Amino acid sequence: MKAQTAGRLLSGPGTPRPPAVPGPAIGLLEHPWTRFTVRRLGRLVVSVWVLVTAAFLMIHLIPGDPVRAALGLTASQQVVDQRREQLGLNDSLPAQYLRFLRDLAGGDLGVSVTSGLPVTQTIGDRLPSTVALAVASFLLAVLLSVPLGAAMAVLTRGGRRHRSELTFTSAGVLIATIPEFLLAVGLVWVFGVRLGWFPVAGQAGIDSYVLPVVSLAAGPAAVLARIVRIEMLSVLHTDYIRTARAKRLPARRIHLRHALPNAVTAGLTIGGLLLSGLVAGTVLVENVFAWPGLGSTIVRSILTKDYPVVQGVVLVYGTGVLLVNIAVDVVLALLDPRSAIRES
Amino acid sequence: MAVEHRTRTAGEKEPRTREDGSRSGTRDGGPAGGGQWFGVLRSPLGCCAAGLLLAVLLLAAFGPLLWSGRAAAVDTGRLLQGPSGHHWMGTDNLGRDVFFRVLVATRLSVALALLATVLGVATGLVLGVAPALLGRRAGRAVTAVVNIAVAFPGLLLALFFAVVFGVGTQGAVLAIGFATAPGFARLTQTLVASVSERDFVCAARVAGVGRLRVLTRHVLPNIAEPLIVNATIGAGSALLAFSGLSFLGLGVQAPSYDWGRLLGEGLTGIYTHPAAALAPGAAVVIAGLAFNLTGEAVAKAVGIPTAHGIRLPPPVGKAAAGKAPVEPEAAAGPGTEPVLSVEGLRVSFPGPHGPVTPVRGLGLSVGRGESVGVVGESGSGKSLTALAVSGLVEHPGTVDADRLEFLGTSLRDGEKKTAATRQLLGTSLAMVFQDPMTSFNPTMRIGRQLSEVAEQHLGMNRRGAWARAVERLREVRIPAAERRAAQYPHEFSGGMRQRAMIALGLMGRPALIIADEPTTALDVTVQRQVLRLLERVRTADGVALLLISHDINVVAQTCERVLVMYAGRVVEELPSDRLLTAARHPYTRALIATVPHMESDLDRPLPVIPGRPVTPGQVPSGCAFAPRCPAARDRCHTDDPRLRVSEPGHRIACWYPHTGATVRPDEQLSDPTTEAGGRP
Repeated sequence: MKAQTAGRLLSGPGTPRPPAVPGPAIGLLEHPWTRFTVRRLGRLVVSVWVLVTAAFLMIHLIPGDPVRAALGLTASQQVVDQRREQLGLNDSLPAQYLRFLRDLAGGDLGVSVTSGLPVTQTIGDRLPSTVALAVASFLLAVLLSVPLGAAMAVLTRGGRRHRSELTFTSAGVLIATIPEFLLAVGLVWVFGVRLGWFPVAGQAGIDSYVLPVVSLAAGPAAVLARIVRIEMLSVLHTDYIRTARAKRLPARRIHLRHALPNAVTAGLTIGGLLLSGLVAGTVLVENVFAWPGLGSTIVRSILTKDYPVVQGVVLVYGTGVLLVNIAVDVVLALLDPRSAIRES
Repeated sequence: MAVEHRTRTAGEKEPRTREDGSRSGTRDGGPAGGGQWFGVLRSPLGCCAAGLLLAVLLLAAFGPLLWSGRAAAVDTGRLLQGPSGHHWMGTDNLGRDVFFRVLVATRLSVALALLATVLGVATGLVLGVAPALLGRRAGRAVTAVVNIAVAFPGLLLALFFAVVFGVGTQGAVLAIGFATAPGFARLTQTLVASVSERDFVCAARVAGVGRLRVLTRHVLPNIAEPLIVNATIGAGSALLAFSGLSFLGLGVQAPSYDWGRLLGEGLTGIYTHPAAALAPGAAVVIAGLAFNLTGEAVAKAVGIPTAHGIRLPPPVGKAAAGKAPVEPEAAAGPGTEPVLSVEGLRVSFPGPHGPVTPVRGLGLSVGRGESVGVVGESGSGKSLTALAVSGLVEHPGTVDADRLEFLGTSLRDGEKKTAATRQLLGTSLAMVFQDPMTSFNPTMRIGRQLSEVAEQHLGMNRRGAWARAVERLREVRIPAAERRAAQYPHEFSGGMRQRAMIALGLMGRPALIIADEPTTALDVTVQRQVLRLLERVRTADGVALLLISHDINVVAQTCERVLVMYAGRVVEELPSDRLLTAARHPYTRALIATVPHMESDLDRPLPVIPGRPVTPGQVPSGCAFAPRCPAARDRCHTDDPRLRVSEPGHRIACWYPHTGATVRPDEQLSDPTTEAGGRP
């Protein structure tokens, strides 16, 4: 698997890359970093607008009356009308949209239909648990996969140790295929039920993190380790690594200082995709472990048709993904200064 | 569940697949493609995956017919029991058999996954080809929408659509289908774009064929194969995603059940009755793997030709790879103790039909301050010799030599590389490589790449090493060296990088510079500058130079002594000022004759050496050059000539060396260091 090829496919068709020739005298506006910032922020703004609009339209796309659906068939028409008025669903669509945007700007996401609590408060209560889970899993995945992938590349380069390479590759494919929630169930059974080492559910203390974090991190770690290994192998064959060897630097310095940053840079794009996938993966794992986060909230809200809460959580998740994407781009630009200029 | 991620991972294989398709023809790649598809069954993994997939599909088709009765039978005497003789996987809370329920659930799980995949692929296809069908503006809008949608993980999209379409089986199919669509749309767009640039599509367009017809007749048939492969992998992902939604309670609703629903119901009782949760979980994993692995195996079988890489023909003259018949050299260069002394150097690589030896017993020596050139056609083993003598040949290549000494220190393989040896090489041996564009690390500043040598081997501190780097850059005439040192390689021009490479070599106290085609990648004027710089460094500091080039002009003008290589051996060695007058080996003479010079008759074709260079796996017995040699006789085809001294400073490996006079009437090669011929 060639990550460059993947990168090309991901960047889509028809994105020509102009030759990076920075002139000697470039003004601030022409400076590659300014252009990069403007371009990237522009894309973020458009994406956020699409996200917000989609979240707004979500309720209006639901066939039938969402309030009737939420309150059930037994609710009296009077209550339904009152709630419709309360939610402002009787105004014209543009008026509702404007009010939605204004409220959003003021940090008001509405009120939960079922609990009557402000949505922001629910999110504020639940978000930290989810973020803790996602961040811990991402760190674990990176801390496992980068050294593992790099070490495997160094050990198996040039066709050395064919058998360990085969074991590594097949184990990676297997782990990456098992979805996180099934892995979670398996882990719960082995370590929670049979061995009793870790609690099977809930968030209480550090050992309650172990199983959810491991089940979330395993798949991305396997994929990332495979990518890091392949990138590292191709970097180890480059001319500049030969130059580094010709300088007679110690192997450790060649691998860690010269090869690894280049391999990680190339693997970062796909690593970023995994991270945003991980944000979403928390939904399932939280439900397995009854984790008091956003994931269990959104599922319960969808089942009880508590649409303001669903709307709020979708916005939070979407924004999270967009922020992860921009963070990846910035890190990429810092690590590999060419990419900021190269990207059109 | 990573709906979009899986499709993309698979998408990486596409360009290869298409290249392959282009070989098998434009539209009628069907039969050939079909054959390759069945080729999947030949690999053990592909065979297992396909078998597993077949089993899953058969189970989906016939499971409910055979066992729905047993799956629905309520056994009130055995509620929530563990595995037993009656119920292999135990019973659920109504006493129904878990094992048969899992088997029967196969149909719904697989059918819904396939339905969602079909919906996703169809939507993706429509979105993907829309830019090609619609006008420029509408097409761009569709592309933008797809680009934004692709940025969000599939699960988020699925949840969003689940809200819109409502909880339930129908809603979940729509949700997963639409969540998969952006990934397929992106894939389709990329594939369509790559096919649209092809000649036959352009020809059809020029011929006035309508957009829709171009699409259906020319484009779609060519992208069908990768799309089907990806759809197979996508079906596996959809299966996993669907079980996720059902597990959350957003998919299949009671009393219907699929694996995800069974898993969700079983999870609550995992303490008392783990089989009820583990059995459907295992079923999901097995079915998911069956789809994914089959897709991957097909992609691999269709995309990558079975014989990957270069297959070298079997070596003919195995004896030729053995000990080289080389006479020990009488005298080294002008200096007393040679800087580099090599005898019987062999470099081999494992090949599919036994080891291949591109360098077969080479001997050379470079005296202090001497400049020696190595010249030969590409594939003669020049560059490998450079890497071997500097100890840079990597596994699986092996270097073997009777003698390989640098400044009196042995560098033979297998002998322990001490820290002292490393330091000696790091400071005293400088390398200049062919391609200055790729020889610097793109993520490190030039100055840092120079200064780390001084830090490592001279024990300098960071600041001192940096100052030395700037000083060395200034020495090789890099303008504004201080500013340039802080720049990255991509901000340097090719010639500047090659000068920086020489500066890198000067960071220590070099006794020898090995320059492997240092000017090949540069244009003529820059070539001249770099050669002059090498010359200046050599004469100023008394550094020896081993210059490797395919260009006999460059070598003749820069070096004092020339080694001519053919098929991994030195065939002639002589002082470069006698190259034109005294060259005796037919190969050397042929090389000189091919160089155009000022008096070349431009109306006649330039002379070439007839025949082909020897490939390392196919060295003929006898003299390697014999098949191309105009003077070859019977003995040349059977006996290998030894490199022997013909007169002081001149060695030849030839049974019947030329005895005539000059090669060329004008006795002057054109000088690469000046634009016109003649020395400055």
